[in-house]
Amino acid sequence: MPIIHHMMKNVVSVRSLAVTRDGNEVLRGLDFEVAPGQVTGLLGPSGCGKTTLMRSLVGVQRLTSGSVEVLGSPAGSASLRDQIGYVTQQASVYDDLTVTENLRFFARILGLGNERVSECVDLVALGEHRDRVVSHLSGGQRSRVSLAVALLGQPSLLVLDEPTVGLDPVLRVELWQTFHALADAGAAVLVSSHVMDEASRCDRLLLMREGRLIADDTPAGLLGNTGADDIESAFLALVQQEASA
Amino acid sequence: MSAVTPRATTAVTTRVLTQLRRDHRTLAMLLVLPCALMSLLWWMFDGLPGDGFSSLGPALLALIPFIIMFLVTSVTTLRERTSGTLERLLAMPMGKLDFLLGYAIAFGLVAALQSALAVGVCVWLLDLTIVGSVWMLMVVAVVDAVLGTALGLFVSAFARTEFQAVQFMPAVVIPQILLCGLFVPRDALPRVLEVISDLLPLSYAVDAMQTVAATNETGDVWRDIGLVAAYAVVALALGALTLRRQSP
Repeated sequence: MPIIHHMMKNVVSVRSLAVTRDGNEVLRGLDFEVAPGQVTGLLGPSGCGKTTLMRSLVGVQRLTSGSVEVLGSPAGSASLRDQIGYVTQQASVYDDLTVTENLRFFARILGLGNERVSECVDLVALGEHRDRVVSHLSGGQRSRVSLAVALLGQPSLLVLDEPTVGLDPVLRVELWQTFHALADAGAAVLVSSHVMDEASRCDRLLLMREGRLIADDTPAGLLGNTGADDIESAFLALVQQEASA
Repeated sequence: MSAVTPRATTAVTTRVLTQLRRDHRTLAMLLVLPCALMSLLWWMFDGLPGDGFSSLGPALLALIPFIIMFLVTSVTTLRERTSGTLERLLAMPMGKLDFLLGYAIAFGLVAALQSALAVGVCVWLLDLTIVGSVWMLMVVAVVDAVLGTALGLFVSAFARTEFQAVQFMPAVVIPQILLCGLFVPRDALPRVLEVISDLLPLSYAVDAMQTVAATNETGDVWRDIGLVAAYAVVALALGALTLRRQSP
């Protein structure tokens, strides 16, 4: 494999990535990079392979072929385990513990103290609910607990699978501000969404369809190249171009 | 496999115990049910000639912690697998052994408390005859509970739903109860069944309990405890193999 000179500049480097699950080709040869200091949006319809791609970056998905490097090591390496924050669609926290108890548990696994726990509770605006049992919280609040866990270790790579689903608009704006603040602090933030109108909030977009990347550009660049008025129309234009090509 | 990190192990133990403390009904059942069942056994033999309670009681004291911890652990870890928390932990700097030991220690502690209550009720309220040491009885009960925990962790890997997990109880536990010597003395079983019974860990746990209850002998008991502990270690190792950091 050729040595990629700008490898260290990118937090994630994906080469010819393919994943087949239960006989389905979920990812069909992807190549891209994710840069630090940016919010990268991964957009595409439900079932296009976004979650499998994110799992591959985090290192919990077995790859069929190709490679994924994170911070210079193969995804899933032991050295990366305290460098990546991952939020799944389902809130992966303990329903029968309070917000603080959940965070304290994961903080101890990461070797962090209680100050960091309070900081992360505040980052996701759950201060008022810190002593409530998670099962008594709303769906949106639960996913924020899950996000807070991912923020604990101040990860270099933050992978967020549809983190804004079901949140009220005010909170959504706040969360996007948080993502940008984390990127400004130097992290690479990868956010997936099937809602195209969230695209404008990203520094860069990866558009995905049926296991392939159909675009990798800035929101403005994407609109310029396709002559579309919004990202949804740009997506349609790209699909039509592909079909006629 | 990574080495054991006491910090992570105690974090798991503390968390499991906190969850249990919050679930009052489960906690009450864990502590009260064994005492109630032992009392029921005592009542059955009340008024009958002979000391049926003292001959069956020790075996039941071995069975209860094993069965309960097997059930509790298989459902708890299955929940951990399906809720995504296990995957999250394995993507963190968390040793598989830390996870398993954390659980084993938490449920071992619960089992110690559970058995202390059950043994206390049997010995001081129900006049169970124990020739050997009551402490020894407790050690057997705890090792037995850890074995139940270890097997529960292992089988939870093969269940996709809580219904399936619960079905492993009759599959894994009832044959051991039938063959442990409680119904037919093990050396009187058909040869094939005797060999199978020699391979099942619960046989040694029941043996140990009966020896402590009937004699002052300790050598045999320690050998039995060692065997049960060895089975628990093997089950934990098999359980570690089912914890995968990557899935297909």
